[in-house]
Amino acid sequence: MTLRALAETLGLEVLSAWDLDREVTGAYVADLLSDVLAHAAPGSLWITLQTHANVAAVAALKELSVLLANGRRPDPDMLERAREHKVTVLATGLPAFEIAGRLYAAGLRGGN
Amino acid sequence: MRVWRADLHVHTCLSPCADLAMAPRTIIARAAARGLDAIGVADHNSAANAPAVQRAARGSGLTVFAGMEVTSREEVHILALFGALEAAFAMQEFVQRRLPGRNRPEIFGLQVLVNEEHDVLGFEPRLLAGATGWSLSEVVERVHRLGGLAFAAHADREAFGLLGHLGLLPRGLALDGLELSPNTSEAEFRRRWPECAELPLLRFSDAHSPEQIGRAATGFRLPELNLEELRKALRGAEGRGILTEAASLWKN
Ligand SMILES: [Zn+2]
Ligand SMILES: [Zn+2]
Repeated sequence: MTLRALAETLGLEVLSAWDLDREVTGAYVADLLSDVLAHAAPGSLWITLQTHANVAAVAALKELSVLLANGRRPDPDMLERAREHKVTVLATGLPAFEIAGRLYAAGLRGGN
Repeated sequence: MRVWRADLHVHTCLSPCADLAMAPRTIIARAAARGLDAIGVADHNSAANAPAVQRAARGSGLTVFAGMEVTSREEVHILALFGALEAAFAMQEFVQRRLPGRNRPEIFGLQVLVNEEHDVLGFEPRLLAGATGWSLSEVVERVHRLGGLAFAAHADREAFGLLGHLGLLPRGLALDGLELSPNTSEAEFRRRWPECAELPLLRFSDAHSPEQIGRAATGFRLPELNLEELRKALRGAEGRGILTEAASLWKN
């Protein structure tokens, strides 16, 4: 499933769009950057509550797209960094558990 | 006794997120122009540029404390300051023993090692933006064992701030003080975090660029300026005290 299809199906807000037609290969939920660096599989959608600039940097490094959960808004410098590094940033008002469940129901699985 | 103005949280060009203009002589010139008596060099997870800043300060009258801003396993920033360079480097060795990853400068930024003449000596290869494997209490304990001071940096900030990130003050964490975010008032902070009533509140700049140096500072009332005197002032011992500039309140 592509990011675009997921965004449309689940009503995700697109805050920074680069590769919406990319196939998403999995998803990962974490709020610790070190955990994401160590464990998230490249190509995944990263569900997080963190909204600072290093989120975009870590996403770029690990080739992830970001989904901010629970109505979180990105800090301005996070969006700036996301655009600089061509990172897609999505947002949802749903809590992380809810959105993870819906992504799972839509056919997405954990990282490869 | 006199009041010494100190900005003990200043980054150099070694921090990947800092301005490349943050070179030793530039930092010292700016700190002196701001009327500071002391600065603390606090790069992320490294003290490597601190000696150069200390050498650049010779003859300026400015005291430079060597230290670093450690990212704990919980991803909380602890500002660690030392009276001796050897202690700062012992802390660095401890932190970097468990600091995984290599920097990707195009993503996180350059990590420039410089001397006091502003020659580039090299680039730090470790991922200084990352977190060490040591927990908060392990970090604070080690800072104290090495004779240093440990503050929760930008304690109320959600990104990497102790209280903003964890939502509580961990019991038994032997901090020497809490650094407030620039826009938080002391009164507001005390209301929001009553469990921190015992801890002194401090203000430093967390400068990442030259113009930010000294935008916040804390006054220390002391007979002479050294780390042991700072420790006494934080405890309000023997007539010493601190004065955060925004609030102008003495702690005795
Ligand atoms: Zn910090
Ligand atoms: Zn800092």
